[in-house]
Amino acid sequence: MASEQQRKGSSRSEDEAPEPEAADGTAVAARKEQLDTDVDDILDEIDGVLEENAAEFVSSFVQKGGE
Amino acid sequence: MGVTRVMGIETEYGISVPGHPNVNSMLASSQVVNAYASQLPGAAAKTRWDYDEETPLRDARGFDLSRADADPSQLTDDDFGMANSVLTNGARFYVDHAHPEYSSPEVLTPLDAVIYDRAGELVMAKAAELARLTPGAPQIRLYKNNTDNKGASYGTHENYLMNRSTPFADITTGLLPFFVTRQVIVGSGRVGRGQDGRTDGFQLSSRADFFEVEVGLETTLKRPIINTRDEPHADPQFHRRLHVIVGDANLSDLATYLKMGTTSLVLELIEAGVTLDDLSLADPVEQIHQVSHDPDLTQKLELADGRKMTALEVQRSYAERVASFIESREGDQSDEQTRDVIAQWLRVIDQLEADPMALATELDWVAKLQLLNGYRRRDGLSWTDPRLQLVDLQYSDLTEGKGLARKLERRGSLQRLTTDEQIQRAVTDPPPDTRAWFRGECLRRYPESIAAASWDSVVFDVQGQPSLQRVPTLDPLRGTRDHVSALLNDCPTAKDLLIALRTVQ
Repeated sequence: MASEQQRKGSSRSEDEAPEPEAADGTAVAARKEQLDTDVDDILDEIDGVLEENAAEFVSSFVQKGGE
Repeated sequence: MGVTRVMGIETEYGISVPGHPNVNSMLASSQVVNAYASQLPGAAAKTRWDYDEETPLRDARGFDLSRADADPSQLTDDDFGMANSVLTNGARFYVDHAHPEYSSPEVLTPLDAVIYDRAGELVMAKAAELARLTPGAPQIRLYKNNTDNKGASYGTHENYLMNRSTPFADITTGLLPFFVTRQVIVGSGRVGRGQDGRTDGFQLSSRADFFEVEVGLETTLKRPIINTRDEPHADPQFHRRLHVIVGDANLSDLATYLKMGTTSLVLELIEAGVTLDDLSLADPVEQIHQVSHDPDLTQKLELADGRKMTALEVQRSYAERVASFIESREGDQSDEQTRDVIAQWLRVIDQLEADPMALATELDWVAKLQLLNGYRRRDGLSWTDPRLQLVDLQYSDLTEGKGLARKLERRGSLQRLTTDEQIQRAVTDPPPDTRAWFRGECLRRYPESIAAASWDSVVFDVQGQPSLQRVPTLDPLRGTRDHVSALLNDCPTAKDLLIALRTVQ
């Protein structure tokens, strides 16, 4: 994931060589978009295993103190 | 020395039966431990703990150095009805209050601490699975976490063997700023603030809000950042055991590795007398909460001398002092794991300063926060939404296919330092380089002849002998594989071993 983002950033600046601020801004936006896509893939997988009825599940998790 | 030190991790697991908040957790915990113990070979199923009598202000796991000799019949007590077993990997697996607990065997390195801690997860998961298979049994679930988010907390404790000669005041001074700030690296993350989690928001540590005093003996109320329990499980003339109760249960390999490694290194600074009192904080209890409630990692903490530093700056100061201490004493002769812990420590601090989210594939709180922020963005959830609390809870679920941390690992979204093979082996085999090897191997080789065991003893019950025979193991570094494997190999039975031990003496 990290290496992919870096590759994206560097190839962009080599190809287009625009204003440094603009390049940074575009790269950051692209990185964020890529990251959101990666996270969405994870969430899609997790959706399948998350307990149903979250409110009830969480409220029934009651523990006694320990140690 | 470096990171090498006798250490271990004890973890109380959260236990629940979904849909049944009023389940008797002591009974359920016993069902879990007994389900696992009953499938162990021979008498291992009922191996007792070699107890001292219990007193409310001392560890319930104290040991009586003369009990077996004084009155062997007492060992047939039923351990107050609480399930207990000692495993062939040298660990203790038992019921502590209302939770199943796994106390890892003594290990020497942070990486072995990770491996044996994770072996405990496998033991717990298997035990819960076996308990669920019992006809009519409740569908028990276990969680490697530290709070129910309703006001209750249970512990993940680290133990480190230290020199007795180090003044305790130096330990307190040297460790308080370290413990207040290390959560920026090793916190597990938590949805909700305050002990009952009712205040909205995310925090770094699942435990921080439960700490109310700087130093003290107690562990269940008025929890202290520095716990003073003095029970070395070794020769008290030379050793103390530092019992650390301030940490979170970690799922990330790197988090556990750095938790154990950096703490061991800071203890070495303290033992060497390196000055650390310039890092003393103005109000450690208030500040441990403050640091936990600052996931941006930007707030400045006031020091006792009036200076201000961020938690990361305090950590960097410790890391740099450790690095220069090791460099000055060992040059480039320091061992590989010590060098690695220091390098990773500094790298992680750099990354947390630049962009914490870059560590989402490595540290627990960042991995958890990335999931939570993902749900908040994608589904527009607020911090009070129960689904976010569910993500927090389910991150630590041990049930196959349900635990989010392990799911992240399997898809490569949470990095590992260990292999499945290493962890599986550690479920059955003891670490070779501490007395846990002798304890575990005796249980493996002579299961029918072990009546009880503890950190510093193995008690044999050999047929034809009028009394129980207690073999003390007071030195954590004796009874290693190098030390006693030839002896055990020469002794096909426990009786042979006891004769041989008598001859040695």
